[in-house]
Amino acid sequence: MLRELGARETNLTLTKKILDLNWGLVLLICIVSSIGFMMLYSAASGDINPWASRQMMRFAAGMVVMFVVALTDIRIWLKLAYPAYAIALLMLGAVEVMGVIGMGARRWVEIGPIQVQPSEIMKIALIMALARYFHGLDMAEVKRITYLIPPLVLIAMPAALVLRQPDLGTTLLLVAGAGIVFFAAGVSLWKFGVVIGAAVPSAFFAYQFLHEYQQKRILIFLNPESDPLGAGYHIMQSKIALGSGGVFGKGFVQGTQSHLNYLPEMRTDFIFSMLAEEFGMVGGLVLFTLYFLLIAYGLAIAIRARNQFGRLLSVGLVGVFFLYFFINIAMVMGLVPVVGVPLPLVSYGGTSMLTLLVSFGLIMSVYVHRDVYISPRKY
Amino acid sequence: MSTARDKEKARLFTRRALLLGGGQAALMSVLAGRLYYLQVLQSDEYSMMADENRMNIRLLAPLRGRILDRTGTEVASNRQNFRVVLIREQTEDVEKTLDRLSVLVDVSEDDRLKVLKETRRKRGFVPIPVMENLTWEEFSRINVHSPELPGIHLEVGEKRHYPYGNLFAHTVGYVGAVSERDLRNLEPDPLLELPGFRIGKSGIEKYYDTPLRGTAGTSRVEANAYGRVIRELSRQEGDPGEDLELTIDVRLQNYAVERMGDESAAAVVLDIHSGDVLSMVSVPSFNPNSFTTGIGVKEWEELRSNPKNPLSNKAVTGQYPPGSTFKMVVALAALEAGVITPNYKVYCAGHTMLGKHKFHCWKRGGHGKLGLVDSIEQSCDVYFYDIARKVGIDKIAEMAEQFGLGDKLDLDLYGEKKGLIPTMAWKQARLGERWQVGDTFNAGIGQGYVLTTPLQLAVMTARLANGGKKIHPRLVRNKFGSVDGLDAGSVPEEMGISKSSLQYVLKGMYDVVNGRKGTARGAKLDLNDWEMAGKSGTAQVRRISKKERLTGVLKANERPWRERDHALFVAYAPYDNPKYAVSVIVEHGGSASKVAAPMARDLLAETLKLDPVGNAGPKSAWKLRGRDA
Repeated sequence: MLRELGARETNLTLTKKILDLNWGLVLLICIVSSIGFMMLYSAASGDINPWASRQMMRFAAGMVVMFVVALTDIRIWLKLAYPAYAIALLMLGAVEVMGVIGMGARRWVEIGPIQVQPSEIMKIALIMALARYFHGLDMAEVKRITYLIPPLVLIAMPAALVLRQPDLGTTLLLVAGAGIVFFAAGVSLWKFGVVIGAAVPSAFFAYQFLHEYQQKRILIFLNPESDPLGAGYHIMQSKIALGSGGVFGKGFVQGTQSHLNYLPEMRTDFIFSMLAEEFGMVGGLVLFTLYFLLIAYGLAIAIRARNQFGRLLSVGLVGVFFLYFFINIAMVMGLVPVVGVPLPLVSYGGTSMLTLLVSFGLIMSVYVHRDVYISPRKY
Repeated sequence: MSTARDKEKARLFTRRALLLGGGQAALMSVLAGRLYYLQVLQSDEYSMMADENRMNIRLLAPLRGRILDRTGTEVASNRQNFRVVLIREQTEDVEKTLDRLSVLVDVSEDDRLKVLKETRRKRGFVPIPVMENLTWEEFSRINVHSPELPGIHLEVGEKRHYPYGNLFAHTVGYVGAVSERDLRNLEPDPLLELPGFRIGKSGIEKYYDTPLRGTAGTSRVEANAYGRVIRELSRQEGDPGEDLELTIDVRLQNYAVERMGDESAAAVVLDIHSGDVLSMVSVPSFNPNSFTTGIGVKEWEELRSNPKNPLSNKAVTGQYPPGSTFKMVVALAALEAGVITPNYKVYCAGHTMLGKHKFHCWKRGGHGKLGLVDSIEQSCDVYFYDIARKVGIDKIAEMAEQFGLGDKLDLDLYGEKKGLIPTMAWKQARLGERWQVGDTFNAGIGQGYVLTTPLQLAVMTARLANGGKKIHPRLVRNKFGSVDGLDAGSVPEEMGISKSSLQYVLKGMYDVVNGRKGTARGAKLDLNDWEMAGKSGTAQVRRISKKERLTGVLKANERPWRERDHALFVAYAPYDNPKYAVSVIVEHGGSASKVAAPMARDLLAETLKLDPVGNAGPKSAWKLRGRDA
């Protein structure tokens, strides 16, 4: 019966799965991450310690997790979609109650010895839950507004909690990532038009409720030169780093803006400025190309998948990945306000590295189980 | 299970996924465009900004020019200033390091608190001064123990030093920190903004500050965002200041200061041919070294409240009635105007009448009948009342001006005073009163409105001694741009006074010292076969009342110091081949002949012994065989 439908066998052996993994995608991930290690090596003025080494260890650990996730049957992930979402939501609630305050915002909870950032987990969990939800709808149901209310609630709950932390950047990422799943699921375009049409006036309204530092960021984004020593300093110094890099850059470990500490947060949010200062436009475009290939790879996997859950999961995770990349680069170039979004796979940081590798693990799992047929109603 | 539905779902998904991909690619190309804009189109501008960020220009202070005396001895020099600084980030415990340091050298509680306060205020890598002006012993002791003193560094800077202390406090002056007012008034120079930079605050140091200062060097350094210097990129050394050579002889200066002792006095010794100021003394003085590092409040108050006024340079800022030292000018005015001949005689009865007013001679019984030479020798006041009246105040003033009185002599010092030579017009304009004959009487004996400075009196004497040549005093032998000075070869302007008139006046001065009845016959020069000529003068500080005249004037040492007369003496030597002139004023010194004259004689004797000008002066100088006149 399954063969008649053109699907491959659903019970794959482990060896087969391993052979079927997207080794090209793995290679791309390794290359992009290695660029990150290089920049962290440069940030330490040519020393593998303390950042590059720690990042490499996290990457290694993350890779193991990624393979485990990739080899796990897609149907298990489907089953886990709602529970994962529920746990993530509970953890976000826990942040609200007993979170650790850092940098003026509550973002972490402590579970035993480790600190966890539930908003990072929610980025994946929300995509999984939405993919699961739309997987169970048929075309006609997607067209009906009543069927869109549950997923909107799924978005609204974590978004509200994250916004209260307050973390505007992550909130926007959650909403935008969810929007991509909605779009890919086939929600009609005019509905997006209505939402966007309603969002613009309410954004003005919401502006009034933003924290002062968030309002300031937006204002300074509009005119960074107005406050060169204050909050506009970050954007200004970042643009100087980029601009002075020129076409070929100043050379590895030769960036003056970064090594003389003019560039802020050069290991995390502003790591691209450092890369473009040292390797110039050529280096920047090479990195863009690698990201483009990663995204294209992810989309191709989504299109190739035969189950709606896999398709939506893959396209949603790739979408979030793209948003990370786009917002970070646009921010360091002074195109969008400073929102504190790391450059995926390159910026220094354990949680974001792990989250991204889990995402890629899920995308690979979609590929490995691309021909598995999952009935919309079965689960 | 509906395959058709699934296929439709897949097609819709594929379409949407491709749309998403297209959108993402479009956004990526926006980023690439922005990258091109920043890194190619605006690259130059941002490169410049990056350089502005990292490069810093630091000024290098030039070495200040030295000031030398005429023999080449340093009177203002730069001395190494050993100091200790602390760099906080290099020590774990600032208190502990300071404790260890105070075992080696004496760190005062104040210094300690100051350092601790600074360490909290400044960034960790900024050196904080702990102590300055260490001795070599202290310096090397700290050096030996440096391994136990993390964060402690030794630095060697330059500091202005005046090896002769108070000898040159008034002429050379001192340097000090740049004040807000200096910044407003001086020509802009980036050096002035340099922390710890010192500029001339008085005397020669101030007058020639610009050539002494030199020009700044620069060092381009790369600094990080916190201001820490990473490395030096390039360095351009500045030009050190020029050395300045004074006309003063340090040996003579030293002698003069010692000779004048505890008096409140001033003296100027001149080379009568070149105008070189060989010595210029104002005592008491102060130690300029206290000023270079900032003087203490107590020391400053002491200097200010001292009644002998150590801070002012009396030689150029003190204005005194010249008294009888003015009589040569009056005599020359009368002779040159033709109102008297050298043989003109006057009978002195001890006073003369002007209407109902009685004008006294200093000698109660009177001098009897006297001629010009004798009246100078004995300083007869009545004779000079008479001839002053004959020639008139305006002619006297003209002659006084010729001799450099009543106006600035443009010595290279700030604050020089003009003195005052009154005229009829001056009195009318200034006081709104008519000039009276009595005023002329007073002016004739150098009292009344007449005021002179010791420098002016020395110049007057030099111009008498050199045969009426208008020499100008000078303190500095270098020539800088617009600064006047007499070139070695140039000949001073003749004043146009007849030699015979001069001869009679100088003979009178000769007799003051060497004559039988000379007022200063006790101050005869007793050195080789050199003889000196001079004139005493007494400047009344307080009018003598009628009652005092009747009961007998108290002797000088019987009056309180403040009320005693100023004692003046001007002189030159050798008489037959004049070379050096001197003027001395002792404030409240009392007797000119007993106090000022011996001082002037000793100064001249020392000058002749040292002979700082040597044979440099014109050989065929104006000669006068005194005894033949």
